Amino acid sequence: MSAGSDKAGRPDTVDPAIELRGISKSFGHVQANKDISMRVMPGTIHGIIGENGAGKSTLMSILYGFYKADAGEILVGGERTDIPDSQAAIAAGIGMVFQHFKLVENFTVLENVILGAEDGIRLKPSLARARSLLTELAREYELNVDPDEKIEDLSVGHQQRVEILKALYRHADILILDEPTGVLTPSEADHLFRILNGLRDEGKTIILITHKLREIMDVTDTVSVMRRGEMTATVRTSGTNPQELAELMVGRKVLLRVDKKPAEPGRKVLEIEDLRVVDDDGVERLKGIDLELRQGEILGIAGVAGNGQSELLQVLGGCRSATGRIRLNGEEIDPADHALDGQVWRGRGVSHVPEDRQREGLILDFFAWENVAFGYHHAPEYQKSRWLMDNAAIRRESGKKMERFDVRPPIPELAARNFSGGNQQKIVLAREIERDPDVLLVGQPTRGVDIGAIEFIHQRIVELRDRGKAILLLSVELDEILSLADRIAVMFDGRIMGERMPDQTSEHELGLLMAGITDTASAA
Amino acid sequence: MTVLPKWADAILIPLLSILISFVISGLVILYLGLNPFEALRLMVTGALGSSYGWGYTLFYTTNFIFTGLCAAIAFHARLFNIGGEGQATLGGLGVALVCLAVPWPHWTLALPAALIGGALFGAAWAFIPAWLQARRGSHIVITTIMFNYIAAALMVYLLVEILKPEGSMDPATRRFGPGAELPLFSDIFGLVGIPFSSSAPANISFFIALLACLLFWLLVWRTRLGYEIRAYGHSETAADYAGISPARMIIIAMIVSGALAGCMAINSVMATERLVLNSVEGAGFIGLAVALMGRSHPVGVILAALLFGFLYQGGGELALWANIPRELIILIQGLVILFTGALDNMVRMPLERIFLMIRRPGKQGA
Repeated sequence: MSAGSDKAGRPDTVDPAIELRGISKSFGHVQANKDISMRVMPGTIHGIIGENGAGKSTLMSILYGFYKADAGEILVGGERTDIPDSQAAIAAGIGMVFQHFKLVENFTVLENVILGAEDGIRLKPSLARARSLLTELAREYELNVDPDEKIEDLSVGHQQRVEILKALYRHADILILDEPTGVLTPSEADHLFRILNGLRDEGKTIILITHKLREIMDVTDTVSVMRRGEMTATVRTSGTNPQELAELMVGRKVLLRVDKKPAEPGRKVLEIEDLRVVDDDGVERLKGIDLELRQGEILGIAGVAGNGQSELLQVLGGCRSATGRIRLNGEEIDPADHALDGQVWRGRGVSHVPEDRQREGLILDFFAWENVAFGYHHAPEYQKSRWLMDNAAIRRESGKKMERFDVRPPIPELAARNFSGGNQQKIVLAREIERDPDVLLVGQPTRGVDIGAIEFIHQRIVELRDRGKAILLLSVELDEILSLADRIAVMFDGRIMGERMPDQTSEHELGLLMAGITDTASAA
Repeated sequence: MTVLPKWADAILIPLLSILISFVISGLVILYLGLNPFEALRLMVTGALGSSYGWGYTLFYTTNFIFTGLCAAIAFHARLFNIGGEGQATLGGLGVALVCLAVPWPHWTLALPAALIGGALFGAAWAFIPAWLQARRGSHIVITTIMFNYIAAALMVYLLVEILKPEGSMDPATRRFGPGAELPLFSDIFGLVGIPFSSSAPANISFFIALLACLLFWLLVWRTRLGYEIRAYGHSETAADYAGISPARMIIIAMIVSGALAGCMAINSVMATERLVLNSVEGAGFIGLAVALMGRSHPVGVILAALLFGFLYQGGGELALWANIPRELIILIQGLVILFTGALDNMVRMPLERIFLMIRRPGKQGA
């Protein structure tokens, strides 16, 4: 941190690496960025924090040439620079690491690094140059990746390093990282931060976009807070604290902890034994899962994305068949049965909030009211006759449900696409929770949802639990699991690594379990 | 987010596309040394200037409504059914077999039976590619194209070897008989005293086509099945989540699609009173353009089918009266398809930009 604060201390003598002046951008009715000005000094790590939809990504997309600002100007190293496309951004020394990597899966690391930046028609000289650079960078910054490995064989953390290497190969002095830790284990994230610190000490400028307060506190020198398209504050990280940042983000006092009574678990509702899933490529995704879920408790499944949690949820939601034994309310269910689809599970009182609301939970081009019936479109109260659906009844119901779940705006005639992420999620939750299910499966309930809505969603889930229902919660956000779950099971590589009670464990212990390390002694 | 208001999307874009294709066609006609306005006048009077012209225009329109609906239902399930041609061909076989099977006493009995025959044959022909797609993952575009060729070859074989009457040189079935004759517009309008050309083939099937549009609308937007088909068409992953079986949706949508194509034969085959080779005459392919242009909505399909009916009839008249090669008519039709179907974005993008430009100053002023 010392190098950063040192440089930030004398801003007058040095031109900022990036300066934005009065940037505005609107999409139709929505003003994504309002008159934003920001200075990022060279050789610092600058955080940009804000809720989803606050305009962080839009701002960075303008900086990287994906969007054109309606007004305002960009200065790179003190000089006015036009950035009409990403080529211009790269030429200006700006590199970007996207949340979703842009890598060619079946190319090697080396091939990916030179892709689009080849020196000439012949690949050999470029490959050789890249290879020597990669070795150098690996030594300097702990950026080690095997240059000849194919991307598809690399872990997510390594793939991210390839993205960083790509930017450095293109001579980026300014590196923008968009939500880089969403897919990483805690230890992978720590490694990333070590890399970023190393780069910063070499004089690179880093812009880190995130919604995680802890990361901002750990790694940045300065931080800018965005709210509703505006930049509400830019402060020295050392002079602030998480509570203050959260308030700046939301614009009011927020509860960072969930307010709930201790659980009173009742009888077993769902019992799972030796559940196994083999995917289409023949890879075993679930390697014998044993779980039980009781009335009136929230069982949280922690784990880094891609360790079988999604498959578990898909099996229980009827989207995937498996082998093993499942008992629901004492009744045997054969998970290998192909007739066991989402309709059957819903009919038996299992509601399902999927992990990806836009791809699974909603039909974005359908009206909100059509979405409120989605999955329950066979329900008798939605039928007018044997063949016709009672659209008027569905509209009426949707209006009520949307109001009860504070969906804004509560207009059933609006297409789902036109709601913000948080409100889309509330539509899904309204649909599933209002059915009063025995078991609620919830995947990533607050992914991409703003802090205000997170509070609301958490309250609704806890309320359902207090009514004696069983809830299976999947989340890659460890904080969410820790604050919401009554019992935590950690998944790694298709197995349950262990169960812990939230008040008797630590983030550190869970982090090790998430990395597949059960024996704490061997971790060091 | 959609930038364009609904009316611009549904009306302005197709109109502009048609206008552009007409202008280009006009330039080609000009290049050939003819007067494009004279050509347009010939087309309009030929297609719409007399009850005879209308009779042909609406006859073609009927065909295109059926094939347009065929493509549209498949579009709702995000399937590209290029096999309308073959399904309509088989529909023709079904209609012919029904009409030939018994000496029908009256058209009121023959028509429902022929309708069922045509729909069943069309649906069966669509079922095979649908099954292959649903169970084996064979791409429906490829298989339906191939099934068009198979259908054509099958018809040649049947008409030449089996269905042709003894001693005839013509690859066609025998005549269906008077009981299978459908009432023409001249008969129907005659009842209320409106004179209509009796030599034009437009017949009661036109009203069946309109009825099919109504049923199509009910199916797609009012029934559970339509809801599931649309849901599957918008997102396969979401359909899977909701417990809607993709395989079932593919098969049902294609069966309905094939049945609609097959229904076309009551118009094309019963009107000619026998089954001839190539009775579909490309209507199956025109149906794709009709559905695209009509935004897969029955009202749009009717309007687009009317336009193509006009182009077919007007184009034929043009070739007859002006010194214009027959191929030019195909060119004009092709341009309309190209602009309304394939080049939709070419018109849409500039239009969106214009709309944004108009809107923005208003925003800032407010």
